[in-house]
Amino acid sequence: MAVKVLHRRELTFWEKLYVPQIVGGLKVTSAHLFRNLFLHAAHRVGRLKHLRASVTSQYPEEPRLLATRFRSRHRLTVREDGTPRCVGCMLCETVCPAKCITIVAGEHPDPNVEKYPVRFDIDLGVCVYCGYCVEVCPEDAIRMDTGILDVAAYSRDAMKLDIHELMDPALRKPVSNCSLKFPHQCRVASGQLKDHRSGTQKVLH
Amino acid sequence: MIDLAVKLTLAAFVFFGVLNLAALHTWLERKQSAIIQDRIGANRASIMGWRLMGLFHPLADSIKMFMKEDIVPAGADRILHTLAPAFSVFFALVAFAGIPFGDRLVLGGRVIELQIANIDAALLYVFAMLSLGVYGVILAGFASRNNYALLGGLRATAQMISYEIALGIAIIGLVMVYGTMNLQEIVRGQAKYLGGWIPLWGIVVQPVAFFVFLTAALAETKRVPFDLPEGESEIIGYFVEYSGMKFGMFFLADFLETILVACLATTLFFGGWQVPYLTPDGFRFPWGTTIAVSQWIYVLLGVASFSIKVVAFCVLFMQIRWTLPRFRYDQLMRLGWLGLFPISVVNALVTAAVLAFFID
Repeated sequence: MAVKVLHRRELTFWEKLYVPQIVGGLKVTSAHLFRNLFLHAAHRVGRLKHLRASVTSQYPEEPRLLATRFRSRHRLTVREDGTPRCVGCMLCETVCPAKCITIVAGEHPDPNVEKYPVRFDIDLGVCVYCGYCVEVCPEDAIRMDTGILDVAAYSRDAMKLDIHELMDPALRKPVSNCSLKFPHQCRVASGQLKDHRSGTQKVLH
Repeated sequence: MIDLAVKLTLAAFVFFGVLNLAALHTWLERKQSAIIQDRIGANRASIMGWRLMGLFHPLADSIKMFMKEDIVPAGADRILHTLAPAFSVFFALVAFAGIPFGDRLVLGGRVIELQIANIDAALLYVFAMLSLGVYGVILAGFASRNNYALLGGLRATAQMISYEIALGIAIIGLVMVYGTMNLQEIVRGQAKYLGGWIPLWGIVVQPVAFFVFLTAALAETKRVPFDLPEGESEIIGYFVEYSGMKFGMFFLADFLETILVACLATTLFFGGWQVPYLTPDGFRFPWGTTIAVSQWIYVLLGVASFSIKVVAFCVLFMQIRWTLPRFRYDQLMRLGWLGLFPISVVNALVTAAVLAFFID
């Protein structure tokens, strides 16, 4: 049987005195305390902004930058005339592992397009955000790049998005229906908070 | 009649300050730990959009505590279960009566000592109240009908007894030096200067006693690194069966004891309300400059000096609390009985010998 002998190092007398070791620990924590206090104070007067006083990001006020491949809430892309690019081919509905997409297709007046979605619903309460719908779409009609993370609602029905909400990410039913005035909930809807990805969205539209 | 009014005013003043400081402790604890750990800390509670660096969180916390359901476990002793937190807070609060927070104030021919109860044995009184505080803890463990709570209470008892002895003996040297148990007189006795420059405060006279006192006092407050009675998350403590404001009162008692210990350390070792080079007539600097101040300014400077020292000690205790990990139980007992106790005894003996043979 393999026996591993652990050699515990005997503490030296200096270490056994406790006090020097405690002072050493206090030095570490105090260094952090005074450095961060100084930086917080400097930030208040607008100095040394490039040095961070904390690792915290204050989430609703300063949203974190998302990776470009991050899968956030879906949207339906539109043509130049404002109609959805979707041709109602049902590929996304078919590939969806969570069965959260419901499409009702109608006949498009343009014979080259054939079909368009009369209804296009996504139940976000069921969606698993796998992104298969985006990958499978032959028309680049559905994307997951709105940057919307805080999908929250008070009922399951409110989690269902219809085609209008999907085509216009600014229409956010779950959030705008929120009757409680939490400062961190309704700011995007009321336009107080700037969507940090609005710059990239303009390019995509 | 006027005497009573004066005493009541003093008591109201002290309790107002102490209870507010205790509430601010919850804020200090959260903020200081956050800043030490490169975080920001609680800052969300707001009134009319004003956040004031999270200063409303103590308010929000206390409202939350009062609103919470108060649960008494089935089979628990209902009366003792309710009395225990009250005991803890009561003894912690009452002990402040012995702390002098300023020099005497002469007001309309009436001499007012800025101390709620000017007892000759104030030191003994404060220590007695500090010791009685452990009853609340034991009762909480006992009345909860919970084995873990009872064990927590027993741990508290053993710890209190071990550290109170070191605490008491560490003070003996100081009492011998100043020759009095009256805290006000001890503070007055610290108004001397070593070579005319260094204030001869308790820490200069009794540095060893100060370290023993500080360690034992930290253990007395039942906070990290000596929080074995509580051990919030790991080793279940005496207040597991408490909820709502009763739980809050145990926390309040903890913070009150921290402030009390800070007051004691200030009074005994850091000159209490003494301001260096300030005499009742005014500043008298060792290089010969004198600045005359009026009596009001003198007293106010004293109270301010006391408050600043107490808050500094509170911050120091908080810093220690967020620096050190918890002691193991055998380490705690070894430190108490084989470390602090012999050191304090030797300190008392050496002090006695020095006083007897070298000083007059």
